[in-house]
Amino acid sequence: MTTDTAPSQSVYPVTRDEGASSEAILAVIVDNEPGVLARVVGLISARGYNIESLTVAETDVEKHTSRITIVTTGTPAKIEQIKAQLGRLVPVRRVIDVSREADALERELALIKVINSGDHRLESMRLADIFRARALDTTHASFVFEITGARDKINAFIELMKPLGLKEVSRTGVLSIRRGAESD
Amino acid sequence: MPTAISTSPLSRPAEAQDIRPRVAKAGAELLLDALEEQGVDLIFGYPGGAVLPIYDALFKRDSIRHVMVRHEQGAVHAAEGYARSTGKVGVVLVTSGPGATNAVTGLADALLDSIPLVCITGQVARPLIGTDAFQECDTVGITRSCTKYNYLVPTAHKLSTIVHEAFHIARNGRPGPVVIDIPKDVQFEQGLYTARADAQKRNCIVTPPVNQAQIEQTVEMMRHARRPVLYTGGGVINAGRRASEALRMLARETGFPVTSTLMGLGAFPASDPQWLGMLGMHGSLEANGAMHDCDLMIAIGARFDDRITGRLDAFSPNSRKVHIDIDPSSINKNVRVDIGIVGNAGEVMEAIVAEWRRRRRPEPHDGARLDSWRAQIAKWRNRKSFSFENCDRQIKPQFAIERLFALTRDRNVYVTTEVGQHQMWAAQHFHFDEPNRWMTSGGLGTMGYGLPAAIGVQAAHRDALVIDIAGDASVQMTMQEMSTAVQHDLPVKIFILNNAYLGMVRQWQELLHGGRYSHSYSDSLPDFVKLAEAYGCVGLRARTPAELDAKIIEMIEVKKPVLFDCVVTREENVFPMIPSGAAHNEMLFGGHHVSGDEISEEGRALV
Repeated sequence: MTTDTAPSQSVYPVTRDEGASSEAILAVIVDNEPGVLARVVGLISARGYNIESLTVAETDVEKHTSRITIVTTGTPAKIEQIKAQLGRLVPVRRVIDVSREADALERELALIKVINSGDHRLESMRLADIFRARALDTTHASFVFEITGARDKINAFIELMKPLGLKEVSRTGVLSIRRGAESD
Repeated sequence: MPTAISTSPLSRPAEAQDIRPRVAKAGAELLLDALEEQGVDLIFGYPGGAVLPIYDALFKRDSIRHVMVRHEQGAVHAAEGYARSTGKVGVVLVTSGPGATNAVTGLADALLDSIPLVCITGQVARPLIGTDAFQECDTVGITRSCTKYNYLVPTAHKLSTIVHEAFHIARNGRPGPVVIDIPKDVQFEQGLYTARADAQKRNCIVTPPVNQAQIEQTVEMMRHARRPVLYTGGGVINAGRRASEALRMLARETGFPVTSTLMGLGAFPASDPQWLGMLGMHGSLEANGAMHDCDLMIAIGARFDDRITGRLDAFSPNSRKVHIDIDPSSINKNVRVDIGIVGNAGEVMEAIVAEWRRRRRPEPHDGARLDSWRAQIAKWRNRKSFSFENCDRQIKPQFAIERLFALTRDRNVYVTTEVGQHQMWAAQHFHFDEPNRWMTSGGLGTMGYGLPAAIGVQAAHRDALVIDIAGDASVQMTMQEMSTAVQHDLPVKIFILNNAYLGMVRQWQELLHGGRYSHSYSDSLPDFVKLAEAYGCVGLRARTPAELDAKIIEMIEVKKPVLFDCVVTREENVFPMIPSGAAHNEMLFGGHHVSGDEISEEGRALV
């Protein structure tokens, strides 16, 4: 093997991929047609790329376009290859590397259920307040909190809830958009 | 549903061809109308329940010929042969379920070799979709990853638009296969026709204009190169006749040597002194040597496949690289390049030639600049890496190809192959001066490709001599298509290099697995001569070098399909060879004793 980091998954000797692996957020604008998500997901799995999260919904009803936001990791060369391969799909109109923009906004929403009582219940409410999480549902024994923010913030909140009776987590995956007047 | 609607007053008056009133027709008729407007004159297919309405419509039309195959895989390969020899889009028509799944191998083959196809599959009626109906399969799901694009037609109204878009997608950009899955009730449903000019086509394939700054940079590098090489591939053939002309002009103007992948043979004439021969695993010493030692590599319509590059970290270590490709995802995929030019190979080469000519005058071209490079290439060439030891008792497979080439030289000849040793010998010893004459399964390596592909070529070129250079194992994968050749009066010549082995498998077992020939012998081979007679064609056999020429001439003269059983030496291997896991400058040559330790531990993992 010629790589001095982790051995390659490929049986073919590979040249060392320059550059460290990093995360990228890709916004993929697609025609909203049957099977388009399967095409995108199928391509990513067939070529062995990672998906950390994937979010999709129609964003322009008149133009029939959807926006798929993909969080993936890889070396800069790998990310370029993912973008090029996505761009090759017929229903893909544009691929935007949102993480390249210094001013990209990133948000995620999570619903978090905790089951607790006594001090833990009070503590979880206090933390929810600090994180600006909303209690969507309350029983004597449980809360469902809604929290929005960057992934780090949500991860931190989940970590804090773990010793306080965390039961269930549901997350949307990352959404992103560019700041300012410019649009993609 | 109204049966007749006059032309809408809103339609553009300039469209002269739109004088026909827009009559609602059944989906099957709309499909054939659209195929006709796309210029389709030939379909390869196999009928079945879910396409009966289309076959019924076809019955009434004389404008479209249909070649009925014996297996749907054969239909797709035949369409590939048609497409590759004509430069047009090949069309396939098969039924649902097993018809579609049998076509999958051909579709995957066409995708890897970038061959433009439109494959129409029947589907069960819309209300039955998803109910596990008879002969139902998820065709769109199954073919998603082996087509460039695919459709499930929702209504007859959309059918003609979809067909026009499918042809647009198949032939533009990097070509590829497109599947149109048509439910049976859509074939009966009444709908209106949309003309090709009015059909909405997604602007999905954007070939950017030639980037002049990149052209100038490239020419600047070319002017300073001392050891340049042009590495060309199937993209040059796909870019059409004009690209082959541009390549010849580029080579002539610059004096650069030219090599090609298996897929690109014929784009540059093999009789030209600048031709280095094929490169890669079984390529010539001069081609691989030039690739390894060059200081400037210009890749044109080639994709740095693993059979070409060998060991990537030792691939052409001291060169600067320019990559011209129509597919942006091919650039920097396997090999990092210094300049990646996205565009049509022909247009880009023409721009390079124009820039080269423009610059030549102020700074006179230094003719001696390439002299030492040419001397080095001549040294490699003198090694005669394709040479073999001939034998006067038995036919050597290489000798058989040499004789076949010599005896068909002055004819209008097209060659297809199967996959294996015979394919490599054909690539080494049969030489092409023109593009679109050589049809072989390069990317997928599909055994059984050559016979049906030859049928497709012959159907497009009735008067040409079409030869499938085959192996005894490959040819049996699609042997039933002999019946197609006989039925449609397509006098293809199947030239079998019969060594009674799965030769390439055996060669690898010899190199990698200590000569344990596990299941690589062809026992119980049929008598090909009797088999030919059983099919109603002509069977010929040659056993000795002395009788070979006469038999080949007889094969050429016969106006019927021929199965030619050329019995060759059994243990011959393909040389030269770059063992897997090795670099371009570590080649094995013929006459070399090879054993199980010839290949490194890592190399053994590679196929």
